[in-house]
Amino acid sequence: MTDWDVGAAFEVVQQHRQKGGLLGALHGLLDAFGYVDPRAIPMVADVFNLTRAEVTGVVSFYKDFRTTPPGRHVLKLCRAEACQAVGCETVAQELETRLGVGADATTADDAVTVETVYCLGNCALGPAALVDGKLYGRVDAPSLLARLGR
Amino acid sequence: MSAARIFVPADAAALSVGAHEVARAVRAEVERRELDVELVRTGSRGLFWLEPLVELEAPEGRIGFGSLTPDDVPALFDDEVHPKALGRVEELPWLARQERVTFARCGVIDPLDLEDYERHGGLGGLRRALELTPAEIVEAVTESGLRGRGGAGFPAGIKWRTAAATEADARYVVCNADEGDSGTFADRMLMEGDPFLLIEGMVIAGIAIGARQGVIYLRSEYPHAHRKLARALALARAEGLLGASVLGSGQAFDIELRLGAGAYICGEETSLLESLEGKRGQVRAKPPLPAIAGLFGRPTIVHNVLTLAAVPTILAGGAEFYRAFGTGRSRGTMPIQLAGNVRHGGLIELPFGLTLREIVEDYGGGTRTGRPVRAVQVGGPLGAYWPEALFDTPLDYEAFAERGGMVGHGGVVVFDDTVDLARQARFAFQFCAEESCGKCTPCRIGTLRGAETIDRIIQGERVAANLALVEDLCEVLRDGSLCALGGLTPVPVESAIRHFPEDFERAATREAVHGEAIG
Repeated sequence: MTDWDVGAAFEVVQQHRQKGGLLGALHGLLDAFGYVDPRAIPMVADVFNLTRAEVTGVVSFYKDFRTTPPGRHVLKLCRAEACQAVGCETVAQELETRLGVGADATTADDAVTVETVYCLGNCALGPAALVDGKLYGRVDAPSLLARLGR
Repeated sequence: MSAARIFVPADAAALSVGAHEVARAVRAEVERRELDVELVRTGSRGLFWLEPLVELEAPEGRIGFGSLTPDDVPALFDDEVHPKALGRVEELPWLARQERVTFARCGVIDPLDLEDYERHGGLGGLRRALELTPAEIVEAVTESGLRGRGGAGFPAGIKWRTAAATEADARYVVCNADEGDSGTFADRMLMEGDPFLLIEGMVIAGIAIGARQGVIYLRSEYPHAHRKLARALALARAEGLLGASVLGSGQAFDIELRLGAGAYICGEETSLLESLEGKRGQVRAKPPLPAIAGLFGRPTIVHNVLTLAAVPTILAGGAEFYRAFGTGRSRGTMPIQLAGNVRHGGLIELPFGLTLREIVEDYGGGTRTGRPVRAVQVGGPLGAYWPEALFDTPLDYEAFAERGGMVGHGGVVVFDDTVDLARQARFAFQFCAEESCGKCTPCRIGTLRGAETIDRIIQGERVAANLALVEDLCEVLRDGSLCALGGLTPVPVESAIRHFPEDFERAATREAVHGEAIG
């Protein structure tokens, strides 16, 4: 992942210039920079011939399109029913205590962003979490913290 | 003599408990012993408590070992009986009692080997379809009794007939792979374990309704399935299964893979279509039905992964073959997903009609924690909570509907006796409030008020009056919402109140409030 660069962002967005390609373009920005920088919005609007309000509306509708840079690690913890049945809420509470931040926030040292997801499709081996894109089953707080180097 | 084969799943769930590390250990051991062994990465058989489940090819069949850690690997190649040997995988009672139709190849074949797919019966449905007229294909699907496996259970053949009969310059086949219900993973397993089956089903659907373009809308929470599907689609194009002339038939069909962005509502078909058009995933009013005016205003059939994956079987085996499974108006097999607090969780594919008790007790073996089962939620976050007293209900669309529930996408989530149904009811409201697209007021605001009202009940504030208020809210939600998200949120809430009233009374005497406020 690289730092924000309007030229690079334009390259990414251009590749998705097709009917209905807006979500793909925003995913492209997410992959390239880790977030959708609000500075990209006028350019994206221009490429897709939309208003800035329309693009902003799409960005804010979908949970994936975070608009600030994430921490060095991204932990997505499933908080849906199947994981609740095996104690994901306890895991979430312990993480909050240890990391000092709740759901959908980044630690003060920018090391970890914790996000809530509803279902990772690993419902028979919960609690489930994605750590930097890698899926883990039967997790507890200590094992997750270890993976985050804590 | 070809090399002996050893199978290690690369399914996301298996990877989540170390399958990749086991595969690496296998590779290292094979190298160290200089063995002539081929490592095949498969999908999962869906016996998740045994993952990573490794299989060795032997003269008597495939022998399973599970669940393995890298340390267990060297002994696989010793002469002594391995302490984690399970015998023939197909004879494991959990699997032997099932009728794997849609999932027949899942966990068995290399999902990215089209020849392996064909050797195991793949492409038979498409080859048959290419001999038929489009109308005959639609007829076969209608005759089979296939109903949408995504949740609503709508007859597939009617959608196809409508789309085919609507004049248009383009038609679309859209696969809804936004499997957002907690407790479900069958779509994910299939896309990772047998992606060509989905592709084949979509091609047949395209030929039947006269569409040249298909789209798979996959949720972003499934990165493994995304990589698998992207590779399978590239292979299908290279092998002529997709493209300008499908299998040399002269008929064109291609499939585009699109990614969702973390919105549960996009599993609702009209919201999904909006999302595919690059917009906010807000639901559309129906009519017009998507089969008449769907993606970009063109006739579109939107189907769940499992619905499309059932199509090749129907064509290859005939409508009667498929119809023979099931009961009443619920025909074919239903992949049930057993999840949550359960000892033996995984995928159970059987004809409709199994009871909840058989699922939870016989297959599930009770809870993982060893405590008594208190409730199961069937059909995802909008499904009912069932008490033990109703466990003899057979799993079919009609029997469930009669008792105020729904089969949905077939997810069964087990809870032990520590569950608090007042909190689960609150979560149902909270979830709907978070995931509401905002179009309908009862859903956007009513669910927020619902969560607040349950908080008051939990605090013991005017319990009877607040329960009456919840009931009122549920009525408004049910009658005043455009789509199933608002319309069905009352199902988990009211079933929790009806079947577990003591949790709402007990809540009155409890002091602490768990859970956080929304907003």
